[in-house]
Amino acid sequence: MSEASSPLAHHFDDLSQQKEATSLGMWTFLVTEILFFGGLFAGYAQYRGAYPHAFEAGSHHLDIVLGGINTVVLIASSLTMALGVHASQLGKRKKTAIFLLATVALGLVFLGIKAAEYTHKYHEGLIPGAGFALQGAERQQMLFFAFYFVMTGLHAAHMIIGVVVVTIIAFQAWRGRYSPAYYGPVEVTGLYWHFVDIVWIFLFPLLYLLGRH
Amino acid sequence: MLENFPLFPTQASTIAGEVDLLFFFLIAVASFFTGLIFLMVTVFAIRYRRRASDEIPKPNLGSLRLELIWTAIPLLIAMTIFGWSASLYFKMARVPDDAMDIYVVGRQWMWKFQHPEGNREINDLHVPVGRPVRLIMTSEDVIHSFYVPAFRMKMDVLPGRYHTTWFEATKPGRYHLFCAEYCGTQHSGMVGSVIAMEPRDYEAWLAGDTSGGSMAARGGKLFNQLGCVTCHVPDGSGRCPTLVGLFGNPVQLITGEQVVADEAYIRESILQPNAKIVSAYQPIMPTYQGQVSEEGILQLIAYVKSLAPASGETPGTVGPAQATPGTNPASSSQ
Amino acid sequence: MSTQIEPRKVETELVGTPAPNYLTNGFGLKSWLLTIDHKRIAILYLVSITAMFFLGGLFALLIRLELLTPQGDLMEAEMYNRMFTMHGIVMIFFFLIPSVPAVLGNFLVPMMIGARDLAFPRINLLSWYIFVIGAIITLSAVILGGVDTGWTFYAPFSTTYSNSNVALAAVGVFITGFSSILTGLNFVVTIHKMRAPGMTWFRLPLFIWSHYATSLIMILGTPVLAIAIVLVAMDRLFRFGIFDPALGGDPLLFQHLFWYYSHPAVYIMILPSMGVVSELVTCFSRKRIFGYTFVAFSSLAIAVYGFLVWGHHMFTSGQSIYAGLLFSVLSFLVAIPSAIKVFNWSATMYKGSISYETPMLYAFGFIGLFTIGGLTGLFLAATSVDVHVHDTYFVVAHFHYIMVGGAIMGFLGGLHFWWPKITGRLFPEAWGKFAVLMVFAGFNLTFFPQFVLGYLGMPRRYHAYPDEYQVLNVMSTAGASILGVGYLIPMVYFLWSLRYGALAGPNPWGAKGLEWTTPSPPPTENFDETPIVTEEAYAYSKEEPEIVGGKQSTRASLR
Repeated sequence: MSEASSPLAHHFDDLSQQKEATSLGMWTFLVTEILFFGGLFAGYAQYRGAYPHAFEAGSHHLDIVLGGINTVVLIASSLTMALGVHASQLGKRKKTAIFLLATVALGLVFLGIKAAEYTHKYHEGLIPGAGFALQGAERQQMLFFAFYFVMTGLHAAHMIIGVVVVTIIAFQAWRGRYSPAYYGPVEVTGLYWHFVDIVWIFLFPLLYLLGRH
Repeated sequence: MLENFPLFPTQASTIAGEVDLLFFFLIAVASFFTGLIFLMVTVFAIRYRRRASDEIPKPNLGSLRLELIWTAIPLLIAMTIFGWSASLYFKMARVPDDAMDIYVVGRQWMWKFQHPEGNREINDLHVPVGRPVRLIMTSEDVIHSFYVPAFRMKMDVLPGRYHTTWFEATKPGRYHLFCAEYCGTQHSGMVGSVIAMEPRDYEAWLAGDTSGGSMAARGGKLFNQLGCVTCHVPDGSGRCPTLVGLFGNPVQLITGEQVVADEAYIRESILQPNAKIVSAYQPIMPTYQGQVSEEGILQLIAYVKSLAPASGETPGTVGPAQATPGTNPASSSQ
Repeated sequence: MSTQIEPRKVETELVGTPAPNYLTNGFGLKSWLLTIDHKRIAILYLVSITAMFFLGGLFALLIRLELLTPQGDLMEAEMYNRMFTMHGIVMIFFFLIPSVPAVLGNFLVPMMIGARDLAFPRINLLSWYIFVIGAIITLSAVILGGVDTGWTFYAPFSTTYSNSNVALAAVGVFITGFSSILTGLNFVVTIHKMRAPGMTWFRLPLFIWSHYATSLIMILGTPVLAIAIVLVAMDRLFRFGIFDPALGGDPLLFQHLFWYYSHPAVYIMILPSMGVVSELVTCFSRKRIFGYTFVAFSSLAIAVYGFLVWGHHMFTSGQSIYAGLLFSVLSFLVAIPSAIKVFNWSATMYKGSISYETPMLYAFGFIGLFTIGGLTGLFLAATSVDVHVHDTYFVVAHFHYIMVGGAIMGFLGGLHFWWPKITGRLFPEAWGKFAVLMVFAGFNLTFFPQFVLGYLGMPRRYHAYPDEYQVLNVMSTAGASILGVGYLIPMVYFLWSLRYGALAGPNPWGAKGLEWTTPSPPPTENFDETPIVTEEAYAYSKEEPEIVGGKQSTRASLR
């Protein structure tokens, strides 16, 4: 992602126009992401309404502790991300990089825990498909797990992309690319990261907390 | 090739004429506006053609009045069409009370029909003229669609659920039956006929095939073979609810909900018995998934429908219009 | 800005060194494949979608050949099913959806608003690469034997029963969707943030308004299709069972998710062409558009309403009659903004100064054929009639009137209109006119008989059919051959014009619009200096606007 020595791209008149465009671009992209996950939420809502027992039973198979830890980890990572954006606005090169790398670290923790959860589900035979272990009346839980894996899988894919992008931005920040005059890329990366966090805030109760009062 | 060149389908049901009337109105509206636009554009294009290479016409920015007029008039026409269509649609959707049932199972790539009297057909369906026929339909595999152009009726047929539609044939004849939802290799081969007959001829045809007994009788046999009778004792003394007088009546579930025991309920009870538990009973019924075909389920449903209490006055019972004489299965209390 | 039509130059040879323009700014494959110039990217798209159009057209030809006879004798049923599936997939996802936006939109949006490029030039290039990758993957599905689910991928046939390359085709379409999303995103940000000074919203050419509305749909609709396809792929590859009725899965969920995008998608396909028609009608009537605000807002209205009507594809699939009626009334309402446009275009021609160049002939064709197509939509919106004609050739005729009679004519009209600007060459006008007439005649002969066939009851996607439908099918195939030749003619003369066409000046049509103030072809940066806009769109006349019938023109359109 190297640019000309000036951060101003040739087709923009000034940095403020460039920043506004970049911001609007990211917000627009996030709207598409809302619709993307929205389709899954709609399907989830229909099936949960139709099969509340199967969904509740499926939810009980999920590890609420690990899910809870992951929630805290992600919220913390949004905090470090926000602190990183703030530092870049103030032109603090090192702090920016450190906060962004902390965000990456927390993101990797999240992904690690997710990988552990998935592996565990595999061993329990709860991956939908030919190897699904539950039979008979319980087999309907496969619908729950199908949504669980697609929704969290899609979320994890977004996390992976986020981790890569934040790493790159952290590296650029370390090299002094950003300043109070030009911190747009950090800000919009932050927007993306917060969005991915918010999606998890919805996924966690809908998948992990069914029927647990 | 040119001898048989129809341009309009024959009208063979009570609904066809009404659908065609609305269709003709739509044609009139469409022709009018098409003609209007074609005329306007042609006239303007000729009348206002460029006569000098440097002429600049006066601008005309718009007229709120015109905009409102040509918004309001199409809107009015559209709502008129909608109202007409909606009222006709209600009529098409409401199955008459005195309809006779025919059960339809679609599968790649054939239509299977079961008459309650026991006649079974493949691809060709005999029906009487002048009597509403209710079709209760399901699919064994993918989505199909039951379509009889002459009747102007069509309904998709889905796996795992029942769709109900109806028609009343008005004139005897043989009419195309098509599958209208793409369903794989032989989609265009999944065709047949609906053969409408005068009521007398229909009765004669029905009587002509008496092998196997009525659907309800076959269902009764299955009921015994599959062991249902061991729990579903008719007098209610078994571990499971009695099925006498069940069909069409409300059922109380342990969740507090109340559902009506229709065809879909019976099917679900056979295939996924734990989905809805009747209140005051235990979830002990095993599933029969894989042990009974779609036609078998329909036969069991016909059987359950026939289980009216001996006095015959259960309120709210909905079932076949006539009980088949002499074939009452072993259902009445022993 | 000149309001005269320039005298035609007859020079075809470039004399001396031409002024540097975007075509001469770098030669060789790398300068094209790594370009970030929106104009070059538009050309890349043009080449790609033309290739896909040929492919889709080939499938159409084979379909119509098979349908000459009632029996399935040209090819096996399995092969025929793959033909119509791939015709649909290629034409919709790889031709119609990108056509106007990715070619004309990419080229013109920055120029029309006075910008040097789109907001995100590299994302623009990325969108083309995504398109190509998606196309390659889908083509490999074709080469490996094809897909036979219909472009609609209905479950459970697509997830469980089909023996074709469903997952591969699904992945191809999924990827291509992102090309659409990125294009829409780019347009939205560009139109919001990069208009030249003085280019207020209500001075924008209507081409821009329609592309803005289209972009909204691309952004809000495509992601849901992506999810629908992901779920089909999961079901197919891993047997997740989401649409498997044995588990309680619901095939109708797929239909809802699919049509939630695919209905608005048809507005993606028509709105840009409507924008083109606004440009053509104003230029060749030499008048400001009648009812600017109404035409502009009707584009937005179509975009919004378009999201509310998807259930009209499912009237017979078992949804409740109340849902059916709701979708029905909304489907009637969505027709109104389109009607408003047609009336406004006609009123623009009233007391105009109309000339009959090829682009204007395409605009005439669009207005006529789109009107017919749109009106037949009313038949389909009426549930009680739709029960009879759903899934028959009536529907096929309806959407081809709009997609081919409407959208493609708009695309070709636009291509002819801006060809001098894009290439610096004029196409041969006489051949242009001849081709339009051939297309118009061939089109109507192809598709009008299909309305009759549909009401007679001939279902869609039928490989073999009852004998009595043959005459109409033969008419349709005859028309298709004429239509096919009609499409080949512009391809030939456009290529010819690149070498032998008369040189075009900056503004051969005498049109208004910022793009016409630049040389033909334009320089890479579009404008030497950012233009400052001081007049309304289509300001052909310097006179006071006429007041119609004693009433004031709408204040908004005088802004």
